[in-house]
Amino acid sequence: MVSRRTTAQFEANRLKQIQTRESTATALRIVKKGRVGFAQASGNIKGKDLLKMALETSPFGYQVNFLFPSFESFPQVEVFDPQVEGTSIKDIVSLGENIIREVCANTPGILCEGSLSSGTATLTIDNTSGENASCRRSSFSVSMDGMLIRDGDMLYVGDIRSSCRPIIDHAPISGEIIRQLNLARKNASIGTGTFPVIFTPFGVAGALLAPLISAFNGKTVLDGASPLKDKIGQQIFDKRFSFHDDPTIPFQPGSTPFDDEGVPARKNTLVDAGTVEQFYYDLHTAALAGTHSTGNGNRNGGMPSPSPHALVIDPGHTPLDEMIKNIKEGLIVEQLMGAEQGNILNGDFSGNVLLGYKVENGVIAGRVKDTMVYGNVYQLLKDITAIGNDSRWIAGYVNTPSICCAQISIASK
Amino acid sequence: MKDVLFSAIAGQKADYIEIRLDESSSSRLTFRGDRLEEAGRSASTGGNVRALVRGGWGFVTFNSLDNLADKVALAVEQAGYVGKEDSKFSPIAPATDIVSAEFKKNPLDIALSAKKDILDEYNRLMLGTPEVQTTSIGYADTQKKVTLVTSEGAHIEQSRIDVSLRLTAIASRDGDVQQVGLSIGSKGDFAVVENLHNAAKDIARRAVALLSAPHVKGGTYTVVLDPILAGVFVHEAFGHLSEADHVYENPQLREIMVLGRRFGGKHLNIIDGAAVPGLRGSFKYDDEGTPATKTYLIREGILNSRLHSRETAARMNETPTGNARAINYQFPPIVRMTNTYIEPGRTSFDDMISDIKEGIYAREWYGGTTSLEMFTFSAGEAYMIRDGKVAEMIKPIVLTGNVFTTLDNIDAIGNDLDMNQGGGCGKAGQSPLPVSNGSPHIRIKNCLIGGK
Repeated sequence: MVSRRTTAQFEANRLKQIQTRESTATALRIVKKGRVGFAQASGNIKGKDLLKMALETSPFGYQVNFLFPSFESFPQVEVFDPQVEGTSIKDIVSLGENIIREVCANTPGILCEGSLSSGTATLTIDNTSGENASCRRSSFSVSMDGMLIRDGDMLYVGDIRSSCRPIIDHAPISGEIIRQLNLARKNASIGTGTFPVIFTPFGVAGALLAPLISAFNGKTVLDGASPLKDKIGQQIFDKRFSFHDDPTIPFQPGSTPFDDEGVPARKNTLVDAGTVEQFYYDLHTAALAGTHSTGNGNRNGGMPSPSPHALVIDPGHTPLDEMIKNIKEGLIVEQLMGAEQGNILNGDFSGNVLLGYKVENGVIAGRVKDTMVYGNVYQLLKDITAIGNDSRWIAGYVNTPSICCAQISIASK
Repeated sequence: MKDVLFSAIAGQKADYIEIRLDESSSSRLTFRGDRLEEAGRSASTGGNVRALVRGGWGFVTFNSLDNLADKVALAVEQAGYVGKEDSKFSPIAPATDIVSAEFKKNPLDIALSAKKDILDEYNRLMLGTPEVQTTSIGYADTQKKVTLVTSEGAHIEQSRIDVSLRLTAIASRDGDVQQVGLSIGSKGDFAVVENLHNAAKDIARRAVALLSAPHVKGGTYTVVLDPILAGVFVHEAFGHLSEADHVYENPQLREIMVLGRRFGGKHLNIIDGAAVPGLRGSFKYDDEGTPATKTYLIREGILNSRLHSRETAARMNETPTGNARAINYQFPPIVRMTNTYIEPGRTSFDDMISDIKEGIYAREWYGGTTSLEMFTFSAGEAYMIRDGKVAEMIKPIVLTGNVFTTLDNIDAIGNDLDMNQGGGCGKAGQSPLPVSNGSPHIRIKNCLIGGK
């Protein structure tokens, strides 16, 4: 993998730093006496040194009982846009300045901090079975957070977007931040008890996804640690809930023609109309489980292991406004702090509402604080009140609508 | 090498330039259940240039020292594009020093097979516990050498060795899945990951016990934290807010975080310092070449000082504390904690719980995070306290609070300081940075807990 990336960093509403990152990384997997050896290096390393390291580990490696991919034909997945290479630092900086200008005009006193970057990366995979795969990708990402202090109280808002194409228009990003600011202008409070809760796309991505990513991981299933291990073909979720891993959508940062083992990538439906369809696998885990790789062998700093490329929850038909209108007393969750600190394996989550709003008699009454939400993903997605028609990408790796759930435990001060 | 680095900087027009080179290598062993999933080696070499021009920064990373002068020139050009005011950067005496790695039982002297054998023993003990479904074990050791040269003439080489181990036991019954983990770490001492047989059995036993434990009801409770969890608490609930890069360009936060403000009772003292020897967050110089210090963040309940880089110190007219750290050459140094702890007081554990009618005793850690104002952290193990005694085990809990009120709600500080060396800290994409944190047992009133 060879990559180059330029980043503009803003602090306190101003440009603070420009970074250029160049990196080269190489990973080597060998099979010796039927066992796998593994070594990786960032920076310049001699091939023989890398081989020596891999040989040191192979006596301890797992038995290889699968075939590495040979010549494959890959799906056509567009992940490179030459316009990203033509983007200048000036373009990136002015995009950041435009977002900040609009947000500050809406809410004087807010301090924005963000990072905007563009770059390209080339991934090449060769193996001795005859595979030679190469993919060049471009990427452009924007993250901008605003912090507002009022009477010793801190409010955090923000947006994050990324694409393989240049992001040119600042308006959707500043618009999203301003929407959050406007909803949070007043304060409100909610009692302790069970209430209906709407998770916005940010809320779904932050609070509900981590347990699902763990439960559908073929490795968790193989270990017997997934609550879904024996649920294939069973309807576990609400009939309106469908959930996929889809690396074939053009120009999405999670898209790719092949995984990090050189296996062709494909759309995998994990849940279809509430029914568990399949789990996701890499080569090794699939072999142990007696199944095939689903093209989800990804390196996350080590040997390939199962991980999703780009998760998509199918949208529903309900506009967010209508969901809100039907709630007498409830909560909207945008950001839940600490949600991933619970027992993810079991689907439990619990977190402090970092950004969320109280709904009273069908309208948003204001922002809540000092409020803990507690739930279990499996219970909550079994009985969904409504699924929104407002799907969006969060950071390029999750596409989800808002989801309204009937009864969730809330504790507040 | 030194001459190559200095000559690349020479003649450039910038207020400050530094070049940092990293060389590291590590070994890793990962188990899932009885399968050894990964035995891997990795190596990394690279470096970066950081330049300061009129208050703006340029930062360039590279994998090869070829054309180093061009990379320096690019960093200076980028900084020049950003900079529109005067640079502020606290002066320090430029050091020339070589700091070799500290170690007791050097993990690099131990064969991979011997490391694997020890982990096998722990794994067998955990997997042999009835109702333990599976386990997960991650071991790594890393040796690293960092070279820093600056346009002020500093030339510092520092080496270190890190060891870390995480054991997790996962129990399952009737579709319920519960887990308990243990994290251990040290700076250069393999002995800390040896002789953990009882600990391994204990986490397996606790994971099974959690299957029968009830959920707590959400609400506010008096909680007692053990030294490990209290260490995570002090890191999240106060440590991050004391990092000056959150404060220095935020006029309102500067008012809120004015030195001299009272945050807690007279019994409360909070310290951070890499100069505290022998811990995971210890070092001699930070990544800007500032010597390590030991800083009282809170002294007798009052905000006394904060953690600085050379830039934040200069902009706040305070003194650099040696807290500018970078996780590797791909990142510039930012303000980070090192070894953070609450100083011990006088209360014994028994006295601390004796007058609690209904409360929670929370132990061990699972995670923690902060928004500066609010924080959450989660216990790996928790019990009800009833009528002054530790009572039934409950399922793990997530605790939350407000930074500005919670420290004042600490009404008892124990006499039994212990440091947790098993954690890593994440900030601005740089994770996990070796840190340690600790505390004696502490008691907090009115702590909000999520639950059924």
